[in-house]
Amino acid sequence: MSERKRKEEPCITMAHGGGGEMTQKLLKERIIPKLANDLLNPLNDSAVLPQVDGRLCMTTDSFVVQPLEFPGGDIGHLAVCGTVNDLVVMGAKPLALSLGMIIEEGLPLATLDRMVDSIAATAREAGVVIATGDTKVIERGKGDGLMINTAGIGVMRDDVELDASRIEEGDLLLINGNVADHGLAVMSVREHLEFDTDLLSDAAPLGSLIDTLLAAGGREVKFLRDPTRGGLSGVLCDLAADTGFSVEIEEANVPISRVALHTAELLGLDPLSVANEGKVVAVIGKDAADAVLSACKAHPLGGMGALIGRFTTATPPLVELITRGGGRRMVTRPYGEELPRIC
Amino acid sequence: MTSDVQAVVAELNDLCADLEAAGKPVAIMEICGTHTVSLFRTGAKSLLPSSLRLVSGPGCPVCVTSQGYIDLACDLAAEPDVIIATYGDMVRVPGARGSLETMRGEGAEIAVVYSARDAVKLAEENPTKRVIFLSVGFETTTPGTALSVLEAENRGIDNLLILAQNKLVIPAMHALLGGGEMPINGFLCPGHVSIVIGSDAYKPIADQYGKPCVVAGFELHNMLLALLHIVRQVAAGENRVENVYSLTVTEPGNLHAQAIVDKVFQPCDAVWRAIGMIPASGLELREEYGRFDALSHFDLEMGPDVCPAGCICGEVIQGQATPAECKLFGTGCTPIKPVGPCMVSSEGTCAAWFRYNRNTARTVE
Repeated sequence: MSERKRKEEPCITMAHGGGGEMTQKLLKERIIPKLANDLLNPLNDSAVLPQVDGRLCMTTDSFVVQPLEFPGGDIGHLAVCGTVNDLVVMGAKPLALSLGMIIEEGLPLATLDRMVDSIAATAREAGVVIATGDTKVIERGKGDGLMINTAGIGVMRDDVELDASRIEEGDLLLINGNVADHGLAVMSVREHLEFDTDLLSDAAPLGSLIDTLLAAGGREVKFLRDPTRGGLSGVLCDLAADTGFSVEIEEANVPISRVALHTAELLGLDPLSVANEGKVVAVIGKDAADAVLSACKAHPLGGMGALIGRFTTATPPLVELITRGGGRRMVTRPYGEELPRIC
Repeated sequence: MTSDVQAVVAELNDLCADLEAAGKPVAIMEICGTHTVSLFRTGAKSLLPSSLRLVSGPGCPVCVTSQGYIDLACDLAAEPDVIIATYGDMVRVPGARGSLETMRGEGAEIAVVYSARDAVKLAEENPTKRVIFLSVGFETTTPGTALSVLEAENRGIDNLLILAQNKLVIPAMHALLGGGEMPINGFLCPGHVSIVIGSDAYKPIADQYGKPCVVAGFELHNMLLALLHIVRQVAAGENRVENVYSLTVTEPGNLHAQAIVDKVFQPCDAVWRAIGMIPASGLELREEYGRFDALSHFDLEMGPDVCPAGCICGEVIQGQATPAECKLFGTGCTPIKPVGPCMVSSEGTCAAWFRYNRNTARTVE
């Protein structure tokens, strides 16, 4: 609602999506110059990518978030980070992204400008280019201001082997910092749920951190996954189901800020199930874990990194949390939209 | 295990072993849904002696909301120019013809709010709509609702309506205990509710039925300590009210909050899901605030409470059965496709068992 501003403010109109002069003007004045690169510049129907050595890796993700701008990030930043991170956790070097923007009539051009700036800056930070793109305009009331789809292509590194089937009993789990910040930061500014916190989204491109982890651990880094929707518990439950091992997590070792811990408690949410956008969970052979942890902590995105748990042969394969006081409980996958509770 | 926790657990183990050896194993009811979840979430359940049985009570507000209320809320959501303002965990509770979630899918406006005051704001921002706040919950949330009604009146907001189904803890405890012999030795009493009603409110329960009542917060050590206090009383044959959450809960409670609630609401008979009508266990708007009453505004009556076939939520919330004894648990009824309300709410006993209890876990799905 806040995106639909006063009349005098220039906004996206249906004409911007008509394919005519207005569309050209929008692209040439507001979007393409900011994203310019050798792959995009010819502006053909498809981008022609250079020949590469190695296997290709491809992914796609769509982004809808309300509000479009939230503490610590925005939808443009998220749309680049999300897809880049899906490539780098597979052990790929990101090469190029596509960018599809579905824009709602009435979105202020100033907002669109900020989102394109954010996309450009994040792509630069992540070392990836926008090679091709598309915009569409939909009628007022039919979209949430701006929806973005990005697809990404990367080249697989050949010096690592990231595969959950390599996980063994005794392997350790690492996370590069505080959990739950992103989901709680977005929730803190959502309509009708606003509350004051200084929580910021953790959204960040993880390529450089993951290069660091892989350099320190080599083939002993066996698996990487970014715990986005579904949070840490979603990734851990997937791992238990896929490997047949149990996962044992020490609550006291899971990094979380005091603010996030208490905010989640107030809202009745399990912080382990809240989304992150700048975190990676790594499974590491136990002999290499200390070296990888040290490397992680020395990286700007890994200062709060910690070893949080291990794989065991307990049956049936479950995820168990050893609580701060020393009790035990199961960790399960969240089952849908996490809803703030009554009291 | 931290040393303070260790000491409490050790004494609990000794006392419970002695009582079991004497043929008197202890059963304690935690009344409050937040305790049910916290006992699992903190790992407290895994530290307790096996001879100490914890029984969940009727203290999850979503779980005791009758199906008739859900159906009514869904009917109201279908009215033109209506926004339903609700706590998040009500959205997925199934009624006879669907849930608020399915109504939202069909185009109804359902706003998830964190407090009744958000509903006042919503009404102010949408003057052409009628905002109906689904007022459920125990003494913890009722003062906020009462305050919101007063605020709406003071500011002349005339498009806020309340669908009141607020409930009272003490009458429910009387109803549980008044029905004959109850195999419960004592009560773990809810910290949040007690902030409002005060620890003295449990005195009639302790005196009349001979059951120790101990008020606790929601941290691991505090809950274990309260359980220890109850077991000590059981071993000594005592039945007192104690309060181990005394930094937060006082004997008389929050008199200001009580007065605000009393100004706006009056006690009424209330239907508890799967239990039935309990006299004077609910709250309705006083006549002076009748214009905020959604029922009379739309000239509606609440339908009957109907329990889905096979669902034993009623027995579960009265401590007569565990979720695992329900034939639907974990198969026909899961958090993804809940049959009864105890599986919907994050504070529901069945949801807590499903989510946290290793012994009833099938496997990671």
